[in-house]
Amino acid sequence: MHTDFEIEDRGLQYVGSSRIEGPLVVVEKVLDAGYDEIVEIIDPTGHSRLGRVLDVSETQAVVQVLEGTTGLSNKAMRTRFLGESFRLPVSHEMLGRVFDGLGRPADGGPPALCADRNDVNGMPINPYARRYPREFIQTGLSAIDGMNALVRGQKLPIFSGNGLPHDRVSAQIVRQARLLEEEVQFSIVFAAMGVKHDVAEFFIRNFRDSGALARAVMFFSLADAPSVERLLTPRVALTLAEHLAFDCGQHVLVLLTDMTNYCESLREVGTARGEIPGRKGYPGYLYSDLASIYERAGRIEGSPGSITQMAILTMPADDISHPVPDLTGYITEGQVVLDRDLFQRGVYPPIAGLPSLSRLMKDGVGEGYTREDHPILASQLFACYAYVKRVRGLADVIGEEELSTLDKQYLRFGEAFETRFLNQGEYENRSIEETLELGWEVLSTLPRDELHRVSDSLLNKYYRESEEGMVCVPAGGASG
Amino acid sequence: MTTSEKTVKPVVTRISGPIVTAVGMHEAQMYEVVQVGDLGLVGEVVRLIGDRATIQVYEDTTMVKPGAPVLRTGAPLSVWLGPGLIGNIYDGIQRPLPGIQARSGAWIRRGEKVDSLDKERLWTFEPDARVGETVSAGQAIGHVVETPLVNHLVMTPPDIEGILRSIVGKGEYGLLDTLAVVETSAGPREVTMLQRWPVREPRPILERLRITEPLITGQRIIDTFFPIGKGGAAAIPGGFGTGKTITQHQLAKWSDADIIVFIGCGERGNEMTEVLREFPELKDPRSGRPLMERTILIANTSNMPVAAREVSIYTGITLAEYYRDMGLSVAVFADSTSRWAEALRELAARLEEMPAEEGFPASLPTRLAQFYERGGAVTTLAGKQASVSIVGAVSPPGGDFSEPVTQHTRRFIRCFWALDTELANARHYPSIHWLHSYSEYVEDVGHWWKKEAPNWTELRTQALTILQKEERLQQIVKLVGPDVLPDSQRLILFIAEIMKDGFLAQSAFDENDMYCTPEKQVALLRTMLALHDRGHELIQKGVPLYRIRSLECVPKILRAKAAFGNKELEKMAELDKMVNEEMDALAKEYIKEADLICTPISK
Repeated sequence: MHTDFEIEDRGLQYVGSSRIEGPLVVVEKVLDAGYDEIVEIIDPTGHSRLGRVLDVSETQAVVQVLEGTTGLSNKAMRTRFLGESFRLPVSHEMLGRVFDGLGRPADGGPPALCADRNDVNGMPINPYARRYPREFIQTGLSAIDGMNALVRGQKLPIFSGNGLPHDRVSAQIVRQARLLEEEVQFSIVFAAMGVKHDVAEFFIRNFRDSGALARAVMFFSLADAPSVERLLTPRVALTLAEHLAFDCGQHVLVLLTDMTNYCESLREVGTARGEIPGRKGYPGYLYSDLASIYERAGRIEGSPGSITQMAILTMPADDISHPVPDLTGYITEGQVVLDRDLFQRGVYPPIAGLPSLSRLMKDGVGEGYTREDHPILASQLFACYAYVKRVRGLADVIGEEELSTLDKQYLRFGEAFETRFLNQGEYENRSIEETLELGWEVLSTLPRDELHRVSDSLLNKYYRESEEGMVCVPAGGASG
Repeated sequence: MTTSEKTVKPVVTRISGPIVTAVGMHEAQMYEVVQVGDLGLVGEVVRLIGDRATIQVYEDTTMVKPGAPVLRTGAPLSVWLGPGLIGNIYDGIQRPLPGIQARSGAWIRRGEKVDSLDKERLWTFEPDARVGETVSAGQAIGHVVETPLVNHLVMTPPDIEGILRSIVGKGEYGLLDTLAVVETSAGPREVTMLQRWPVREPRPILERLRITEPLITGQRIIDTFFPIGKGGAAAIPGGFGTGKTITQHQLAKWSDADIIVFIGCGERGNEMTEVLREFPELKDPRSGRPLMERTILIANTSNMPVAAREVSIYTGITLAEYYRDMGLSVAVFADSTSRWAEALRELAARLEEMPAEEGFPASLPTRLAQFYERGGAVTTLAGKQASVSIVGAVSPPGGDFSEPVTQHTRRFIRCFWALDTELANARHYPSIHWLHSYSEYVEDVGHWWKKEAPNWTELRTQALTILQKEERLQQIVKLVGPDVLPDSQRLILFIAEIMKDGFLAQSAFDENDMYCTPEKQVALLRTMLALHDRGHELIQKGVPLYRIRSLECVPKILRAKAAFGNKELEKMAELDKMVNEEMDALAKEYIKEADLICTPISK
């Protein structure tokens, strides 16, 4: 990236350092270095790597080495302060390319021709300049479209666990996501942090097969890359996404995987700096740091483009109260939670009914957006499914036979909801109408009087009276 | 400037994130505002050791270097107070966001300096005081109509009192024009529309008052079960997804306060945008005017600098106190105080302070107390009764209420609206749990409610008792199922279910349901309790529960909250009549049946 000539040209070099510890290097007697400035470090073999300034005083600078400190030596190392914070050359010609975690070409191609170089830290969007997101995105998945609808400009993470099919679900979303009226396709910015090569390979293959590769940019900081590099990867990806969305006017879908790995890196650096740890050893500023990533989504008044963000994170031990999913949930506009129990019963996508939530759904569905009955249908499905969970708990204790007729009907509803509404094929793309019809179909297995949340006029229109619905048929197979 | 001062020109010596150290600051004061570096980033002095000052910078410090200049302003962080605040949206240090947008576009550039109020704008001032009159501190000398909802009193600042030497006539004036001159003991002082006040200092009052009036929020579970008084303090704790923000928005929309200050502290950008987009369109249920005409927004979203998040709370409460001083009732909504506490923690860690619980600074309880104590019902300096009510959202990690911020907050508030994940999962909103929440204002505001319903206390107690009983019965049901319970107990389950669906759950989006007047709240509750009382009677007489369940009035009661408007109380009366008639019919039928089956046992 930096030629010898550039190195000669840039002048002042510092020889040696006073301390090297973990990813940090302390350089003494530094003049004119700025906070967050980018640093080039030349190791004894003459190779250069990048770092950035975490703390600077009149006498010393603490530098975080992005590409690992292996092979560095206090005596023979040279450092050069590059006079600016970390910048990414951006251009729409980067579509279709693969880059490393710091934005350097990793597909053997030349660097893209770029007129702009943007600071990867970005700047906060003025809340006054934001446009409220409300255009419904049809993902073709009933569990999302029907119950937790995604809108353009939303940040909706997927909370998953190890071994759950979050990659398949997110790939399906990328493949199928589209707006109702327009045929505009999303540009995709994909950032992989600390995931295995197979996962990267899966996405590349998937994008290629669906023809999405040409409109995708990929940034890989894989499991074997230095962990500190990961701290910049999502920022690099979002910097390009912002350029594509707000300078080029494209609709960008950003996929970040896996945010848990990102947070681990943050913890690693925090510990190396001797910071006071917060919950589970994560630094106290984890919330602010995550917010500086997640908040880089949305729409801006006067700009046609948008950034929709889907961050994938694996919950350690499926614990949703772990700091990473917990703080993420506080920042993002809802969450799609994958459920191990559904997965083991063969339901795909195993999207948990109750803990999943889309906060922006209320403004993107209903009359004028999808269909008048959409919000109330979703609300009623949630309420009934919540009751199913209670009935199942009861059935576990007293046995199904002892349940009341009504409770048995709820069990049947729960079964239908999971196997017919939630469950669908990996290549099955349901339109929103199909999803809603299916919703009424499963809801109609319950007596009409049970649907408290739906007004009479909607019930008259959509509820399907059936003899079967009123008769008690022993429920089969549904248990907690 | 003397030569000796020049030799120790303040310069930056160290930068670590938002914390900057500077030397040459021996004359600096604690909490003085300084400008750092060539961009003039705004910061505040938070520690002084010799001539070394630690500065908390409100903007991103990227590429600030040791040796950069530091400019002192000589004054603590202060806000501008005057007409033009209402309807505005500010960042944490009172920079107007529309003004920033006009200068730097959609992104907030560093070092932007925009006046908090428009100095050019002219307001129609009408004098209300006469020359020669003695004016006290905080007395109104005139007024301007700030919005159709807000009559903005132009007051003397709290440190000016004396004889009014001169005052201008009715006319158009700017913020900085001298409107009056007051002869004080320290000489003549000019009064303008603009006052400045340091945010960390409470504005003075005459005395504190007892809370007697409820802040009507239009939310049934709050007003009826866990009311907050005007001048009270409440907390809304809840894990993510439990609807803290929606509940806060609902309260900010429908509370019957004169002025609303909404502080978005470390939360989502889109949520503030939603408020901005929605409030101008929504009409105040009492005046019919757009809600924005009584609202001030402070937005310091989670991705904006953390130091400004810390101060945004104080900025908001100071604006609230200013309107309180005009004799108004003000409600402050802070979403979320946990993010504020986290900002304290982050800054304390950078200052290398010794941490207490979970890394929070040991001063956390003191800081929380200072904040909540700035609320209250008071007599202002000018002798008016006014109040500041505070509602703080709390976001406990993992939804665990035993964490320090929730625990310490509980000590300084008297109203606790606990949000429940299970209710939220079932999309029962507001997900305030009726058994985990409490209000210590019930006694204080009970007198006010008696005007609505003489037996309000009894209604409320009876309803809560049913809900408590239901909780206990549910324990049994979980073990053995509902069928083994006698009908009298299953009636409790049934009525509790009706109360949950038909009263406690309230839609934020339904036209009729989003705001519920106290009258309608009482009417709904009365009907449901009548159903219980009459039902209980019938069950005693041998009527099976399923007959009561299948009465035609039941679904009508369940849907009454949304089916009837707030003004259609006569429909509630019709419903009451229907309940009684159906019950009477049922009673007759069973007495007859009883007569037919067994020969009269009556003597």
